[in-house]
Amino acid sequence: MEAFLDFFFGEFLVTGQPLIYGAMVSIALGSITVIAVLTYFKAWGWLWREYITSVDHKKIGIMYIIAAIVMFVRGGIDAMMMRIQTSLPGMTFLDSQHYNEIFTTHGTIMIIFMAMPFLIGLMNFAVPLQIGARDVAFPFFNNLSFWSFAFGLALFNISFIIGGSPDAGWTNYAPMAGAELNPGPAINYYLLGLQLSGIGTLGTGINFIVTILKMRAPGITMMRLPIFTWSTLITALIIVFAFPILTVALALMTLDRIFGAKLFTLAGEGMPMMWANLFWLWGHPEVYIVILPAFGIFSEVISTFARKQLFGYKAMVYAMVIIALLSFLVWVHHFFTMGAGGGVNSFFSITTMLIAVPTGVKIFNWLGTMYRGRITFETPMLWALAFIPNFVIGGVTGVMLAMAAADYQYHNTYFLVAHFHYVLIAGTVFGCFSGLIFWYPKMFGHKLNEKLGKIFFWLFMIGFNVCFLPMYFLGFAGMPRRTYTIEPEWMPLSLTATAGAFMMAAGFAVFVYSIYYSFRYAERETQGDSWGVGRTLDWATATPIPFYNFATLPEFDSKDAYVGMKDKGETTYDKSKVEEIHMPSNSGLPFFMMLALFIASFGLVWEWFWMAIPGLIMFFIVMGIRSFDYNEGFHVSTKEIHEIEQAARGEDSK
Amino acid sequence: MGKFISRAKRTLMLPAFALVIFLSGCADLVVLDPQGPVAESQAELITFSIIMMLGIVAVVFVLFTYMLVKFRYRPEKEGNDNYDPTHHGNNKLEVIWTVIPLIIVTVLSIPTVTTIFELENPPEVSADTEPLVVHATTANYKWFFSYPEENIETVNYLHIPTDRAIEFKLSSADSMTALWIPALGGQKYNMAGMENTLYLQADNEGEYAGRNANYNGSGFAGHTFEVIAQNEDDYNAWVTEVQESAPELTEEAYVEMLTPGLAANSEYSSTHLDYVDHGTNEGREYIVDQHGGELGEKLHLQGGREIWDE
Repeated sequence: MEAFLDFFFGEFLVTGQPLIYGAMVSIALGSITVIAVLTYFKAWGWLWREYITSVDHKKIGIMYIIAAIVMFVRGGIDAMMMRIQTSLPGMTFLDSQHYNEIFTTHGTIMIIFMAMPFLIGLMNFAVPLQIGARDVAFPFFNNLSFWSFAFGLALFNISFIIGGSPDAGWTNYAPMAGAELNPGPAINYYLLGLQLSGIGTLGTGINFIVTILKMRAPGITMMRLPIFTWSTLITALIIVFAFPILTVALALMTLDRIFGAKLFTLAGEGMPMMWANLFWLWGHPEVYIVILPAFGIFSEVISTFARKQLFGYKAMVYAMVIIALLSFLVWVHHFFTMGAGGGVNSFFSITTMLIAVPTGVKIFNWLGTMYRGRITFETPMLWALAFIPNFVIGGVTGVMLAMAAADYQYHNTYFLVAHFHYVLIAGTVFGCFSGLIFWYPKMFGHKLNEKLGKIFFWLFMIGFNVCFLPMYFLGFAGMPRRTYTIEPEWMPLSLTATAGAFMMAAGFAVFVYSIYYSFRYAERETQGDSWGVGRTLDWATATPIPFYNFATLPEFDSKDAYVGMKDKGETTYDKSKVEEIHMPSNSGLPFFMMLALFIASFGLVWEWFWMAIPGLIMFFIVMGIRSFDYNEGFHVSTKEIHEIEQAARGEDSK
Repeated sequence: MGKFISRAKRTLMLPAFALVIFLSGCADLVVLDPQGPVAESQAELITFSIIMMLGIVAVVFVLFTYMLVKFRYRPEKEGNDNYDPTHHGNNKLEVIWTVIPLIIVTVLSIPTVTTIFELENPPEVSADTEPLVVHATTANYKWFFSYPEENIETVNYLHIPTDRAIEFKLSSADSMTALWIPALGGQKYNMAGMENTLYLQADNEGEYAGRNANYNGSGFAGHTFEVIAQNEDDYNAWVTEVQESAPELTEEAYVEMLTPGLAANSEYSSTHLDYVDHGTNEGREYIVDQHGGELGEKLHLQGGREIWDE
């Protein structure tokens, strides 16, 4: 018993950190509140039927986005703690080990559990609507992907109270992350959390490739696809080619750490450098996985609020294809300083700089889209417009980093930190905000308050520049990344950055408040085309969107499908053409399948095979049950369709 | 609303940028203040690229502002605002803005590639003297500088002669690290079981900060060293002094120092290369053989250099 208590309080729970005790208390209070609210409103059944087991792409998309916003808060708190610790020299807010854990979880969470799910959520919500489909190609698989992601997220996040967080950076370089230099469960959480959620990402990639290739409505040819759908298709292709590399790399390091293999170790002729190569072979395409969908969102939003066709549609598509191809040919630029030699570094310098060409074409095409338009400044458009100048700053510093000989001075410094935050925040995060606010009325039946949205925008955007612009100069001043303490001469710039971070946090708080405020007070949407200037099919649906999306669809003969429909007076409810609709049934099996894998992974993290093996067996049992599941879905009667459409479209549709 | 935005932008953005530029004057931008030929060629390349990039940024910002101002929707101007909802491309323009970036990339590639190859060799200005060979080895979280010719070794600091290339032989006993002396030039990785070569040189006498730039764990912030650049006579005098007065580095003492932790500066009249070279495949398991279970020990540094130095 005593041995158990020693283990429980000595190793299993993280003890001795006041900040972590605080987090434990707030997590406990938060969970109790959620459970109490659900129980009070008798909402457990509703949650299970309507969301957890749902195969509806719109609800799955919303669940992804909610998870991503929660993770934005978690990663943001990590970021604020880092900024506080590095604001002044000699700060004792965090010790070195604690700081290391926090920047590791910040990076991993923001990329894997915030940026990707946010964009995957928006893709899930919008893509089937944009191509006139009833759902994705494999709805059951889509729900499975979500639960794989959600349980991966849970596994990664419990590490900071149970066993300790990973502390080797989001890049998790060997041999530092190997069992010789870093024993214990922390790094195992990283390996298995990413492995578990990676199943879902790969699944999403496959699902969207098939959906976009096979489920387009009649007349929507490939070269008439909305540009966000194109960006999703290309992203899905990158996922399918890149994620298996991560899967293999994680599996190999898991073999090292849990089963005593010697693949990346110091002893036994391991090859630690192979990890860096495998990681970035996935990692570089990964950053395009999180930027291309954002490009797609900006294209939609700019074209919509400039009230014009997208400029250079074909060039936009080809540019994305070229970026996707090049993304697999640049990974060595993450370690020019490894000493690979002049030839190798020159090759990767040039391939990296070449990415600037298609990206530049896209920037000019966005400007071209604004040319001869009628630009208005609704909040989605503000984010899309702010993206252009801010992203260009990130982009040109990216070209500077690509110049290997100069990179020897930038590498591992705050210059690099500033660069990737400029592209990831001005690109991905602005894109997520833009897309969320853009489609919010279709998701929840009301817009987010514009005034609060503008306060949020200005605070966040200016705060972002105040936070990250000084970091370029900190790089020139010789400040390395990932250092928990600063030298006195870096203080003025570092303190400015912290002030900027607080502005961003204040802006985000306004955003969270605007969700509540708009839920209470915003005007409810009565028609489908929320902004009045929609161009793509998603805006042709009624609000709220019927679960089957479209009652009927006309034949399309041009890009900007909904613009054509508006011109011809067509809707997605042609009474004479309504037929029975076949829809898939909800299923609780994916939840249990992934719960089983979660249990197995948690067992592996602690090297408890008595737990891991039954977890795996449970997984195969649920898979077996699925094989004998003959549920073929259900049919929606024409009567029901008429009722739903007329309720949503009001009296004049009768 | 549009007016409000442009006014807000003007009133808010300019002070923000001015503040940043003002503050950057406070910090010493060491990378742009080179103290040797390697750092100088890098600073030149950096300055060249900054100028090019500022040009690109200016073009985009001007076009961007033009589009916003000119094509902002004004209801009162409807009808004569040049609006064309079906305008969707212009092949000539699109070719231009594909070709111009290609030219820019070419212009940037040429000096990049020449500098990359130049840095693979000792600086040309000191081609008439043999480079000084120094083995720089890291073990969590300290630096060992071995001078094989002089048969001396220092911990966490090194002396170098000015106007002579230093040929660093980089390796690590454990984690991957990177030797970086920003005033003298860019970094390169130290890795276990292999050896990298990095050429640096100081033109001016002085003390320069050096550090491990690549994150390697809980003692990373303290993993720094000092570089003392001296004229040849002073340097030689220092070497002789160390040879004569410093103790030998026994294997026992060296192994003791390999345990994870910070260390004080020290110097020895022999080198650890006598019993292990971590830069060779034979040397890469040395630390695991010696310290198997202790390498996972974590430091909990608090507060910064002044405090943990005490």
